[in-house]
Formats: sequence, structure tokens, C-alpha cells
Amino acid sequence: MKSHVIVFPGSNCDRDVAVAIKNISGHQPQMVWHKEMSIDQSDLIIVPGGFSYGDYLRCGAMASTSPIMQDVVKKAKEGVPVLGICNGFQILIESGLLDGALMRNSSLSFICKDILIKAKNQNSVFTKNAQVAKMPIAHNEGNFFVTSEQLKKIQDNDQIAFQYCDESGNVSEHSNPNGSLENIAGILNENKNVLGMMPHPERAAELAHGCEDGKTIFESILN
Amino acid sequence: MTNHNWQFQTEQSLVENHGLKLDEFEKIVEGLGREPNLTELGIFSAMWNEHCSYKSSKFWLKKLPTSGERVVQGPGENAGVIDIDDGDVAVFKMESHNHPSFLEPYQGAATGVGGILRDVFTMGARPVANLNALRFGEPNHPKTKHLLSGVVSGIGGYGNCIGVPTVGGEVNFHPSYNGNILVNAMTVGIAKKDKIFYSAAAGIGNPVVYVGSKTGRDGIHGATMASAEFDEDSEDKKPTVQVGDPFTEKLLLEACLELMKEEAIIAIQDMGAAGLTSSSIEMASKGEVGLKIDLSKVPMRAQNMSAYELMLSESQERMLMVLDPSKEEMARDIFKKWDLEFEVIGKVTDTKRLILMMNGKEEASIPINILVEDAPEYQRDYIVEEPSPIKEYKSEDFDQNNILKDLNTMIMHPDLSSRKWIWEQYDHMVMADTVVRPGSDAAVVRVHGTNKGLAMSTDCSPVYCKHNPYEGGKHAVAETWRNIIASGALPIAITDCMNFGNPEKPEIMGQFVECIRGMGDACSKLNYPVVSGNVSLYNETNGEGIYPTPAIGGVGLIKDLSNVKTLSLKEDGNFLCVVGKTANHLGSSKYISIIQSKEEGGTPEINLDTELRNGNFVMDAINQKLIASAHDIGEGGILVAISEMCMSGNLGITIEIETDFPHGYFFAEDQSRYLLEVCPNKYDECQKLADNNDIHFEKIGIVGGDKISIKNIGDQAISALKRSFEKGIERISK
Repeated sequence: MKSHVIVFPGSNCDRDVAVAIKNISGHQPQMVWHKEMSIDQSDLIIVPGGFSYGDYLRCGAMASTSPIMQDVVKKAKEGVPVLGICNGFQILIESGLLDGALMRNSSLSFICKDILIKAKNQNSVFTKNAQVAKMPIAHNEGNFFVTSEQLKKIQDNDQIAFQYCDESGNVSEHSNPNGSLENIAGILNENKNVLGMMPHPERAAELAHGCEDGKTIFESILN
Repeated sequence: MTNHNWQFQTEQSLVENHGLKLDEFEKIVEGLGREPNLTELGIFSAMWNEHCSYKSSKFWLKKLPTSGERVVQGPGENAGVIDIDDGDVAVFKMESHNHPSFLEPYQGAATGVGGILRDVFTMGARPVANLNALRFGEPNHPKTKHLLSGVVSGIGGYGNCIGVPTVGGEVNFHPSYNGNILVNAMTVGIAKKDKIFYSAAAGIGNPVVYVGSKTGRDGIHGATMASAEFDEDSEDKKPTVQVGDPFTEKLLLEACLELMKEEAIIAIQDMGAAGLTSSSIEMASKGEVGLKIDLSKVPMRAQNMSAYELMLSESQERMLMVLDPSKEEMARDIFKKWDLEFEVIGKVTDTKRLILMMNGKEEASIPINILVEDAPEYQRDYIVEEPSPIKEYKSEDFDQNNILKDLNTMIMHPDLSSRKWIWEQYDHMVMADTVVRPGSDAAVVRVHGTNKGLAMSTDCSPVYCKHNPYEGGKHAVAETWRNIIASGALPIAITDCMNFGNPEKPEIMGQFVECIRGMGDACSKLNYPVVSGNVSLYNETNGEGIYPTPAIGGVGLIKDLSNVKTLSLKEDGNFLCVVGKTANHLGSSKYISIIQSKEEGGTPEINLDTELRNGNFVMDAINQKLIASAHDIGEGGILVAISEMCMSGNLGITIEIETDFPHGYFFAEDQSRYLLEVCPNKYDECQKLADNNDIHFEKIGIVGGDKISIKNIGDQAISALKRSFEKGIERISK
């Protein structure tokens, strides 16, 4: 199992996700600096959360043009599993690997709290064993939007990975923390090898976090 | 004000505009043997203002206890350092950013966070937690909404981006802050004991290196502004507020920590208040050397900047270092990797002078000792006012049928309600080591890769301090001590942020002196020394001072994370017990201020012997695994504390205690008390431990159900209470 974590200068969840992968798989992921041109053979590439280049422009817009992202896009198209978390999700959208846009939260403020999600697609490499799971979100721009044509396309292709829900798994406006269309918390690409999600599974990955539900997502990919 | 005997070439108004008193100017002339030029005058102004020189407070601050077994570095460096075992240290400090935050709340608060983060990582520590202590004016004051939302988003904006969790804090609302809010930011970092970096420059000829952002014209004279009172024209001072760039700070943090792994840095100092001036002088003074700096080499953001502007700019995200010359290229490569400025701008000299050159011309030459050791120090006149008298309240003055209604009203008040609206805007989980999130007594952060943690809490009750500064000072220290104990930790040391009005007024100076005396007594008794701090004076608007506000940030160590306690009730059938006596002290309580809209009755007094005994008992009981949850009884009294435990745990309670003075029992703010949830099979052992230590320990209720049920008084559903509790602060923002 060889995994890689992309490190932008403003990434701040790179260490956290590496710790989670190490704890769950026993393998230390390789950290890849944003100025590098390519990644070695990889079984999983993670684009972590943070503020890539400060995100003073649209989140992830600058990161999508970085040298390393050209290779991430190439590897993704070759079928390598790529997981973008939070800012990583924003970067994958800006890189054209995923559909849609992540707008400012409907509350117009940063939100950090536990939420519940449920896997809609249960067949992808990332979502095989996901039940209703609790994990934190921490973002200012996580309000997912796609045009109605795109929405139909991602629905028809079963590309909706996770939706915000309540304890019983009901998807409703009440369980939507940021205004996302269809309560979408994460989406897949057409080939289902690229996942972008706003919640942070690496922050719910051991007992000290108070919840281990995030492990299921890593276990799904790693096992 | 014109002095007819003015005998200097320098315009008197120029001196006054630099915030210097005329006798201070005379002192400068005497020291230099000539009149200063404009650049030099600016440097003196920056170094001798209250913010940098502590000229009114130094004499009194020296009275605080600053040593202890675990103190590695006390006050005087960028931050305090304490030993947390295994070769690890915690590095922390709290600092004010009051005036800028009132003028421009977002940037003022953001750069406050940026500044305190730099103080901590300058010492070689990776910041692991941010906290804050905030005071705003009345909830319905026209400015409060704007200031609250601006400050909260500024704190979040900076901390969230740099990736340091904001895990705790406190906030109060009071009319004394209507024209002068307080924004105090605290950072806690972790380093290795043998890898701490200090600011003393050394090694004649060694390069002085500038790293970080370029210097612009922002924030010129910020420290002087921070040392002046406000009036109607204060809005004009907006250009002196700096603008923060947390992304650059993140780069600076990582680059500095990367360089610190090498043996390259001889001295390092962040450029905070008074920028290049205070950092260079601090380094030279501590190292007893001189510095020669070529200002034309300073990376500049604006064109044609003068020596005066370069020395006084408070552009953010900059550091000054003295490097081992053989490591210069390696260091340059690290900063290049992080896309930061790296420029050798001068060298260490043996002149003991600060010499500034610009384009080959000497712009300043000042002996360091005149700037530092000879800085003015005042023993200001002070008057200690008589504390407000303690009032005895009687049961017949209250209607016990109103207990639950009063509880609801109190818990909805912004001073007591949930702070969730605030901390949900802060990333409090980044770094994935947050063990106890905001909302409990103290936040707990794990030391990365270990099974130990740090507990942290900030506190102060300005109303207590106003009505009895001595007891208020004791209280601020003791309250953080209790919070840390209730979280399962051993309290180790504090940082203080002393926010007061104009020290030139004897009654304000009296408040300062008395608060320090109270803090000092509490610190000594509790073996809880002060290791760092900051003073913010002149917090006045139109001649009206704020309430005395010595905000305290405490830090404790949890050696085994399995001993962490939160305030959430855990299990049906457990007993709820109170530690410490309740003596119906309602004076200055939240009950009196919220329900009766009065401020009277005197500050509750603390018996420090009892404080120590009760605290030690709770620590022992937790360490002996007798306790399911713990909470200190603070503002609002016992019933508010019980409610918080119920709401947090989503569990009810049946309170069986009988009292002939229900309001006194349920809302009094007698000190040194805790609530403990104890499993029935641990109860006898707990009682025995209490008896052996002469502790007042009493079972008052049984956990269970979904309401608070008080014998002879009535029932209150937890869910409804929670709805009131969660709306309090959010309502201000709407």
C-alpha cells in the first residue's frame, strides 16, 4: 500500500491525515511538496485540507494550477484513487476532476462542528462500508452547487458520495449545515476513483477524537 | 499645553505628537548629549510608550511570584516556558489588541492572534492552541453587534488559516466596554526543553537577518496609539491598524521551525509592536551588544520609504534573527523554499549602540542602554478605594416560586449563555489533538504523539474586580485554577493580560495595585506562578475607564489522558455532589445583575486555604478514578452550574437538597466550590477522602431523566432550557 499526501504551503491537515492513514493501515504515507512535478506509483493520493496558497482568491483556484496538480490530474485519469478533503475537495473541483462549485456557506460564516453523513453511492472504493457517520466539518466555503443538468448527470451516474443527514439517516434541510444543494457533502467523478468531501474523516479517526466513524472511509479505501 | 521655557530646537508639538512628555524629552537630550533627529525621536517614542516600556506597571509587576519547580522561563522573554515532563515544555503568553480591535475589529483581532502566535513560535515552539478573552459593551449597544461579529471572524480568519485550533476563551458584556472593547489573545505551543530559542544577540560580526513579509507603511505608530486614550476622533486612527496575512504567517512558522532544527539561529525576535525598532533593540539589549543596520536593505512594499517609516512600521509577519554566518546559505535556502523574504540587513557590533544607515548616510546612533535601562519608570500615585460593602440578603426578599423562571432568564443572558455561536466559527479541531473541545471548564489538547495533554482556560470577572480589586485579582487566578483542576489536570502556571484605564489617575492605579496584590497572593498560595504577560493601560474613552480586567490564562498538565474530565453528566443513577460551602453570597452575582439589574452587594471573598484544600481534594478524587464528571461553580451559582452539566450531558437530575433560602443556595457565588458526579459504588470512598481532608462534601442530587427536578420548587425540562441557553449570543448577531 503506497499512499501520497500532497503538501501545499498552506495545507494544515496534511499531518493529521498522514497520522490517520498510518494508524489505520500501518503504512506511512509519503508527503509530496507542491513544487514537485510528479508522484511515484501510488495506490492513493490525498489532497488534504487547509488554505493551499492562502485562498485569498477563490478557494483552490491557485492550487489547481500548481506543478504537482498536473500530475495528480494525470494519475486520476489513469484510475489512481484520489481523495480530496475540505480544501482538497475545492482544489479537485478547480482542477476539473469533479463537477460543481463550492460557494460560501449559506450562514456566511465559518462553521466548525460535528455533522452526520450517509453514503448515497455505496459501491465506490471510498464508500463501501459507510453507514450514517459522525465527523466534523470546518470550512467557510462548503456550499455545494451544480447546475440542474449537471445534477441530473451526477445523480444518473450515482456520483453523489455523501449527503448530510440526521441520526436516522434522513436527508432534510434541517440536517444541512451549509446550504449545499441536495445536502451534498461529497461527490465522485464519473469513474468513481476520485472523491471530494467537505467533512474531515481524519478528525474522527481514533478514540481520543471522541468518535471513530471517520475510520470507515479510510478502511474502505485501504482494505 | 505650551511650555514657555521650551529651549530646544525640536518643536514642542512634535514631541507631544510622539506621545512623549516634555521631561521625557529632556531625558533623551541628556542621554544623547544632543537633540534627537526625527528618526531617533520616533524610536524613543516607540520604546518609551507604555505598551513597550511598562513604565507605569513594571514596579508592581515585579511583585508577582514568577518562579516554581516547573518554570523554565519566566516573564521577560517573548513567552513563558514551563516543564511538562519527558523533555517537553509548554510555551505560552496572552496579549492584548484592544485599541486596534475597536477601530477595525476584523483586522485588529486577526493581527492580535498573529502577534501572539509569533511570540510563541519565535521561541521554537509549535503553536498547538489559541484561546482568547473578550469583553464587549452592552449586548444592545449599537456597536456591539458589529464589533462582536468582526472580532470573532477576525480571530477565526487568522487561526483557521494558519491551522492552529482555537480551543477556548471567555466573553463578557458590560457597559464599561461600550467605547473600549478588550481583545486578549493567548497562544500555547510545545517545544523540546533543549531547543528553546531566545532573543539575546551575540557574536560580534554575525549577520542580522530580516525574514518574512516586506515592510510597508501600515501600522506606523501602532504602539503609541495603543498607549493613548480614545475620544471622538479615534476613527481617524484607523490607518494605524495593521492588516494580517495568516498565509504568510503560516509560511513564516514553518520556515522558522524548519530552520530551528538546525544549529543556525543564535537569536531570534519577532517584529511585533514597534516593529524593527523594538525587535532590534530588544536583541541588542538582551545580548549587551550593538547592532548596525543598513535600512536600504530592508525588503520594502512601498517606494521611497524613509528611515523613520521603516523603523516604525508595524507590518505583520516579520522576524529578525542573528545567524551563525556559516549557516547563512542553508538558512536562505529554507526561506526561499517557503517563498519568503530573507535579507541580511546588518551585523552585531561591540558598540552597544543602535546605528542605522540608509543609502550610506547615518540616520540614527543611540546607545542601547538609554533606550532600555534608562527608560522612564514611574511609581504612579495611587489610591486604594474602599471595597463595595458586602450585603446580607435574606430569604424573605425573594419569591421562591420564581427560581426556575429566573434560571431561564439568566441562562439566556449573553454573559451566561452558550458560546457555541462563537466557537463554531473557530476551527477548534485542526491538528487533530483536541481532546476536550470548547464549552467545558478547560480545553484539553493532547501533546502530539503522546498520552498526555495540556488543559487551558482563560478567566476574569471585571465586576468582582471593580467592587473589590484585591478579591477580584484573587478570583481571576483561582477561577482558572479551578477550571484546570475540574478538567483533570495539575495547574502549573499562568499568563496575565492586565487591562486597565489611565494609570495617571490614582484610583485607576489603585485598582491595578490591588489586583496585582490579589493575584500575587493567589499565585503564591496555589503554587501557580506567572510566567508571561502583557499590560494594556489607557483603556478609556472620553475620560471614562473600563472596569479593571486582569485576564488570566492558566495552563495545566494531564499526565494520563484517561483522567480527563468534562462537565457533561454521564449516567443515570450517579450522585451529584457539591464540594465547598454555600453561604448565600449573592453580592455582585449574575443573579443580582441580570434579574435585579443592579451591581451591588460586594465581591465574594476567597479563603485561599480552603481554595487549595478543595482543589487538591478534587485532583486526588479524579486521580483515584472516583469521579465521572466535574465542573467548577462559577458565575451564576450552583443552579446554573447544574444546568450546564445537564445540558451538556443531555441528562436530567433530581435535586433533593432542602434549603430555607432557595435563591441564596441556588444563585450565590460563594467561591472554591465544585460539582462532582460520582458513581454510587465510589461514593463512600469519595466521602472518606473528603472527611480525611476536612472538605465540605455533600450529595445534593441523583442523575437521571430529562428534567431538572427540585424538591418543593418544580421541574424544568432540559430541552427547553437548552433552547434558551443556545440563543443568548446568537441573538446579538441577528
